[in-house]
Amino acid sequence: MLAAAAAIKRATLNADPPTGSEESDDEVGHSWTVFLRRLIQRELPIEHMLPAREPAYVGSWVYVFGVVTIAALILVIASGMVLAFFGPQWWNVSPQGHFFNSLHFWSVQMFFVFMVLHLWGQYFAQGWRDGRAATWMVGVVIFLASVVTAFTGYISQQNFDAQWIAVNAKDAVNVIGAGAFFNVLNFGQMYGLHIVLFPLLVVGLVAFHVVLVRRRGVVKPPEDAV
Amino acid sequence: MDRRKFDQGNYFRGIPTAPYDLIKEISIALVVMLVVVLALAFVLSSPDVPPVTIQSWAHAAPLDFLETATTELQGSSFTADYGPPYNDGTGQVQTLGPLQPQVWAGIHQLVDAPQADVIGPLQLASVGRPALRAALSQYQQASSSQQQSWLDAYAKLLPRAHVSGLQVTVGPGEDGPLNTMMVALLADARSGALDALLMHSGRFYETNYTQALLFLGDGNYFANLASKLKLNGSQWGMMNETGSYPGQSWLWLYTLWYQLPPFNSAGNADLLVVLVMGLLSTLLILVPFIPGLRDLPRWLGLHRLVWREHYRFLNERSRQRR
Repeated sequence: MLAAAAAIKRATLNADPPTGSEESDDEVGHSWTVFLRRLIQRELPIEHMLPAREPAYVGSWVYVFGVVTIAALILVIASGMVLAFFGPQWWNVSPQGHFFNSLHFWSVQMFFVFMVLHLWGQYFAQGWRDGRAATWMVGVVIFLASVVTAFTGYISQQNFDAQWIAVNAKDAVNVIGAGAFFNVLNFGQMYGLHIVLFPLLVVGLVAFHVVLVRRRGVVKPPEDAV
Repeated sequence: MDRRKFDQGNYFRGIPTAPYDLIKEISIALVVMLVVVLALAFVLSSPDVPPVTIQSWAHAAPLDFLETATTELQGSSFTADYGPPYNDGTGQVQTLGPLQPQVWAGIHQLVDAPQADVIGPLQLASVGRPALRAALSQYQQASSSQQQSWLDAYAKLLPRAHVSGLQVTVGPGEDGPLNTMMVALLADARSGALDALLMHSGRFYETNYTQALLFLGDGNYFANLASKLKLNGSQWGMMNETGSYPGQSWLWLYTLWYQLPPFNSAGNADLLVVLVMGLLSTLLILVPFIPGLRDLPRWLGLHRLVWREHYRFLNERSRQRR
């Protein structure tokens, strides 16, 4: 163990004897840390991530849908964290829990409504133009990942709806062979996926999507109408 | 466009800009959304129809329970002959030509319906019940043809069984020990013991409801309840919710296929629908690269309405330059 720790230190600390002077980044250019820092500085400058000005056409209402979707997602996560803290049965047996479930339920509905509006808005704006195909593709993957995340939530409810959805959905999952590792009748597996892995995936993809949007800025309107 | 050479300064040159507060926008959106969601939660609450238990099933529809348990024991139920991932049956295996992913994936959640739903629970419950123990022993020691003969006889007697309150009386017949076994199983179901016995795994904690849900799903009682709540597949069930609440409305396209021919009558409808949805999802992801699909919004021209102010500005500017 100690030998392994020493080996890690040897690989990460400069093997040269200390010179007593501060080295510039150029001198440690082979450093992974410096490489990552430079990549971030070059690709994701802070003024692009958090701009103070935007093209005037961003004032259109169509741009509100994406922001509102993120706001709904924040509420989904917040209400979900309260429900997760008290456990899966809490909301079935307590009025307070039921209220937080209602918050979670309506946040999810709002999240999907505005995500779909955002998706249609970007389709009609042809938001993938000028090198933004990855932004569109990640956006669609977020939609699909959200559908699966919501599905695992519905079958984690521990009520009639959960039972019925699980029993019926199993056939579609099984016919493609996914039932071998994704058992919709296994509450423990579905609940774990719903409160940990899938939210991490959705939030991570949304963060990546936003970075992609900010990196290139909002696509210009096509010039065919000028 | 070369990704490495992208420069926002060059890209947006000549485009009028305006002050924009991203953080303020998301903060306002969050507050507005919170108010909306709080109002909806307070006024409309959320659906929560209690789950069906084996106990409630056995009380509400004892004959359906007994008939289902009999089919499990016969090996003729939906689950008993399902196929992968539960067992080596073929009843629910769906293929499309040489495509058979269900078979390729194999058995991973082994469910032996006769043992899991009837014999196993009765063995656990037979401690201190000599009549049940003797009936079980007689059944298990009989040849499979004898077992089948008893099962056939019992299945024929069941529709004529007399139900009075909690009492189900099956007339005399050549059903061997089955009546004793099934009366015991019904009693255990009604007491709630069978809910626990179906989950028995030898471990204290258990969260896998595969066996119990499959058993429940094999009966008509569960499906009839769902039908009353408009949750069946033919009722757009996958996107519906109990009561008048919105369900998974985002599954409308997935659910739509089940209402249309040839999907609504195909034996491999699930596989066909999943493949179609997989194809459509892939097309949606790849829209930027698909001629026609990517051009449709340009032809429709809705963007001219959304950005009319921008186009007015550009037209004005080009007029001034001329």
